[in-house]
Amino acid sequence: MSGRMTLPSGAAGARILGIGSSQPNTIVTNDDLAERVETSDEWIRDRVGIAERRIADADTTVVDMAVEAGGRALKDAGLTPSDIDTVIVATCTMPSPIPNAAAQTADRIGISAPGAFDLNAACAGFSYALGTASDLVRAGSARHALVIGAEKLSDWLDWQDRSTCIIFADGAGAAVVGAAGSDDRIGIGPVAWGSAGDLNQMIRIRTENNALFQEGQAVFRWATTKIAPVALRAIELAGLTPADIDVLIPHQANLRIVDSIAKRLRSKGAREDMRVADDIVHSGNTSSASIPLALDHMRAEGRVCSGDTLLLVGFGAGLSYASQVVVCP
Amino acid sequence: MADNAEILSGLAEIVEEVAGIDAADVSTEKSFVDDLDIDSLSMVEIAVQAEDKFGVKIPDDQLAELKTVGDAVSYIAKNK
Ligand SMILES: CC(C)(COP(=O)(O)OP(=O)(O)OC[C@H]1O[C@@H](n2cnc3c(N)ncnc32)[C@H](O)[C@@H]1OP(=O)(O)O)[C@@H](O)C(=O)NCCC(=O)NCCS
Repeated sequence: MSGRMTLPSGAAGARILGIGSSQPNTIVTNDDLAERVETSDEWIRDRVGIAERRIADADTTVVDMAVEAGGRALKDAGLTPSDIDTVIVATCTMPSPIPNAAAQTADRIGISAPGAFDLNAACAGFSYALGTASDLVRAGSARHALVIGAEKLSDWLDWQDRSTCIIFADGAGAAVVGAAGSDDRIGIGPVAWGSAGDLNQMIRIRTENNALFQEGQAVFRWATTKIAPVALRAIELAGLTPADIDVLIPHQANLRIVDSIAKRLRSKGAREDMRVADDIVHSGNTSSASIPLALDHMRAEGRVCSGDTLLLVGFGAGLSYASQVVVCP
Repeated sequence: MADNAEILSGLAEIVEEVAGIDAADVSTEKSFVDDLDIDSLSMVEIAVQAEDKFGVKIPDDQLAELKTVGDAVSYIAKNK
């Protein structure tokens, strides 16, 4: 006779309980880069919107930044390591594929024996991981999940290649995800995600030099045409309208892409006074870390407040993309 | 089929919208980069809108060949 399996009852909804971030101390300005490659402060500000970025020193690792960001998010949530049972690290820049980042990050934070895995959806990684964590909590597979986007792009750049070294940077951002209480609004909307694997060569690591390569204009065209519709789908899945969005936090790929997405959303009814993340100006493009970094910085500056409705949208190598609406804790 | 004058005025509207250049300044002999000071990323945005408006395909490698407003007008006229 076979036994009958049971399933946990789970939670009606999930929400973000706390956030945190970490950046290296070293600031690299455009003028610093102009000493290494043929470029200028004016060109970089004009084409990509970056004024300065943070670059980790040689012995700072992806995991170091993940540990710091994760610890801060835990503290912000008012939880302790023993409350966490699942750790997801979204990253595409570990020095090697084994061991993963999540298990050692958890260990160093003091989280005992959690489910721990890395997730590689490149610059869309944070939204993928947040969607996964939210569904794990809703299904009852996790009680509290720590979601971290952490990257050390500087290890994967050719510092003589001016088409990439001016854009990418290092950092980490994190969020703690738990059940939404019965009196809460749902805090994390359904994820709208997808991929375009036929375009996989548009952003890749070249094996010749182990450095990132991208077809800049093709990526720009893709991002400025295909990503706003993904964000609109996330709004629709959440049962909202564009006018409900208080803050737009797109992946900080290029300020001109950010502006273009905002413009398209406004043409579909998003408000003129919707705040738009521009964290790339001081942080550069940090791939999976850019959305939680922007969120944490905007909250510290008072540009995002508790209860605000935020629209997150990540996109990048894969090509892959993901978007969801969340309520700021 | 729209004639070249119609394509020019449609294109000029797009250029004005994307790059903030007065549509009246967008004439056939002007070079996008040298005369109108439009960079390659704005050119992509102009191409995307022109694709929608005129029902043409303007791939990135083609786009690089369209140096003047006149080049773009004839390309659109030929390929729409
Ligand atoms: C990478 C990117 C900034 C390049 O801009 P671009 O306008 O496409 O640049 P191009 O390669 O066409 O070069 C345009 C001109 O600028 C020059 N140039 C390129 N990089 C330069 C730099 N860092 N500094 C100064 N000049 C530069 C080129 O040599 C070229 O000059 P030319 O016309 O005289 O030959 C841009 O394509 C981009 O940001 N794309 C999106 C990529 C992105 O967001 N990726 C992340 C996705 S997650």
